[in-house]
Amino acid sequence: MGKYMMKSLLQMIPVLFFISLIVFILVRVTGDPVALMLPETATEDDRQVLTVALGLDKPLYTQYAIFITSAIQGDFGNSFHYGQSALPLVLERLPASFELAAAAMVLAIVIAVPLGIWSAVKRNTFADLLISGVSVIGKAMPNFWMGIMLILLFSVTLGYFPVSGRGGITHLVLPAVTLAVGLAAQMTRLIRSNMLEILNQDYIRTARSKGLIELIVVGKHAFRNGLIPVVTIMSLQFTSLIGGTLITETVFAWPGLGQLLVTSVNNHDMAIVQAAVFVIAIIVILGNLLTDLVYRFLDPRIKYN
Amino acid sequence: MVQKSETPALSLPSNGQEINGQQNRYLRLLKLLLRSKTGTVGAVLVLIVILVAIFAPLLATHDPAELDPLLRLKPPMWMDGGSLDYLLGTDNLGRDIYSRILYGAQISLIVGIGAVLVSGAIGAVLGLISGYYGKWVDALIMRVADSFLAIPTILLMLVVLAVVGPGLMTLIFVIGITNWVTYARVVRGEVLSLKERDFVKAAKAVGSTNGRILFKHILPNVVSSFIIISGMNVATTIILEASLSFLGLGIKPPLVSWGGMLSDGRQYMATSWWVATFPGIAITVTVLGVIFLGDWLRDVLDPRMKAKG
Repeated sequence: MGKYMMKSLLQMIPVLFFISLIVFILVRVTGDPVALMLPETATEDDRQVLTVALGLDKPLYTQYAIFITSAIQGDFGNSFHYGQSALPLVLERLPASFELAAAAMVLAIVIAVPLGIWSAVKRNTFADLLISGVSVIGKAMPNFWMGIMLILLFSVTLGYFPVSGRGGITHLVLPAVTLAVGLAAQMTRLIRSNMLEILNQDYIRTARSKGLIELIVVGKHAFRNGLIPVVTIMSLQFTSLIGGTLITETVFAWPGLGQLLVTSVNNHDMAIVQAAVFVIAIIVILGNLLTDLVYRFLDPRIKYN
Repeated sequence: MVQKSETPALSLPSNGQEINGQQNRYLRLLKLLLRSKTGTVGAVLVLIVILVAIFAPLLATHDPAELDPLLRLKPPMWMDGGSLDYLLGTDNLGRDIYSRILYGAQISLIVGIGAVLVSGAIGAVLGLISGYYGKWVDALIMRVADSFLAIPTILLMLVVLAVVGPGLMTLIFVIGITNWVTYARVVRGEVLSLKERDFVKAAKAVGSTNGRILFKHILPNVVSSFIIISGMNVATTIILEASLSFLGLGIKPPLVSWGGMLSDGRQYMATSWWVATFPGIAITVTVLGVIFLGDWLRDVLDPRMKAKG
């Protein structure tokens, strides 16, 4: 297992290298980095000074070498908007994003697991149709619209929850629900189809014919194996979860990484954009590694190789 | 009976019964469609959206960009203060929401279909090359694909749009270029098994060039997977376009995007719920239609995938 982890961590390097290349090319080659980094009121002299200061008069490969060496040391340059080093600004937003993402994930699991199992067990009944119908709608609804509608109903009209910002648990409810609905919709559908497949297997028939009560057959025999694909789905949704937080945070003015990134993109604050892209990419890769390990733990048939 | 590759439902009829066969084929497809309730609903919804997009200039009651400061935030017709002139009310600049929703359908479809064609073309070519040539070409393409998977697509798009700036064509290409990975992976997988089949070996034996084998013999056999992925992709692309326009990085005025309308309506939620509500319904209904139709297409084109949901 240690060897496997080592190998997976080493495999991160080419991926991160590739991402660094994309970010570098995008920022340095397609646009005018000086124009992107300076406010619109800058003079020609400012431009000259910045060009030399950024090393943009050097050849491209030298620029990339400089960029990557400082990136490895965590130096993505200064944010012109905040006037500080970019990486700490990005890192200090992480806890808020984690809080939101974790709450949404837990909520999605709590909703999706029972619903998915129930609709598989009660296949083709009214309950199943209802659950399937609702989850398709949940999938079709853009989550930022969902967020706006929740604010409209629960904050503006009923006044139960605050409209935006981060604070106590009441602040967390609406953004977490917004993010969770899309996830839960997808999970429910997948859990249902996996459980359907499992409930048709021989060992379930055996368990039933032994006279076990349905609760144990479903809860113990079927669910254990039904969990494996759930973990895979979770790993696949990890990336979409992070994508979802970008928008949800903007809707609810949640002070997380996503909101910082969207504002920075609008401000052309490229130092922060670069730092944020790297941090998110590392989180996604580590998250995938983690789910991969859980997956192998749940299904010992999968070998570490 | 529809089965992949052996008796393709969508194969071209032989020359003798061209016209009759052609008619039968469409009739058979229509019958199959009507047999599925969700498929029918999906097809009807998608058809409505397409018709609305095409005939928007005829159906609209106002110019979608026409401003009227005197008529700001008028409620829909069935509410107090609403009028028949503005069926779904007006937005913060006095623009007619009903007309804007009709025109928004155009953008949604153009971006949805355009981006899927771009990503499909890139993904299919890379998948064909990767699967057929194997070795280092395959390794390289698949590593690049992995890297794309490691970054949430919306993040990549944000970065590109931050540099390039928003716009319709930019949006189509940016979404297209970031979404090719699924196509490449699925096509590659199919090519791996197809290239071991006898008809490919036979083509090789008679001296066909690699290009001819790839595009004439292998490509037609991956078409159904291609259509299946495209159905799903159109749905996600429509949501992506709306999301990016919502963030102010997608479609810019005077073009109308449902996502942009939502973002306009956000500030006026407390007093005028309709501004942000109707565009959202439009997106949800459209995406729902595409999902239903896509699911049905998948069931018809690849019955093996039916159980997998």
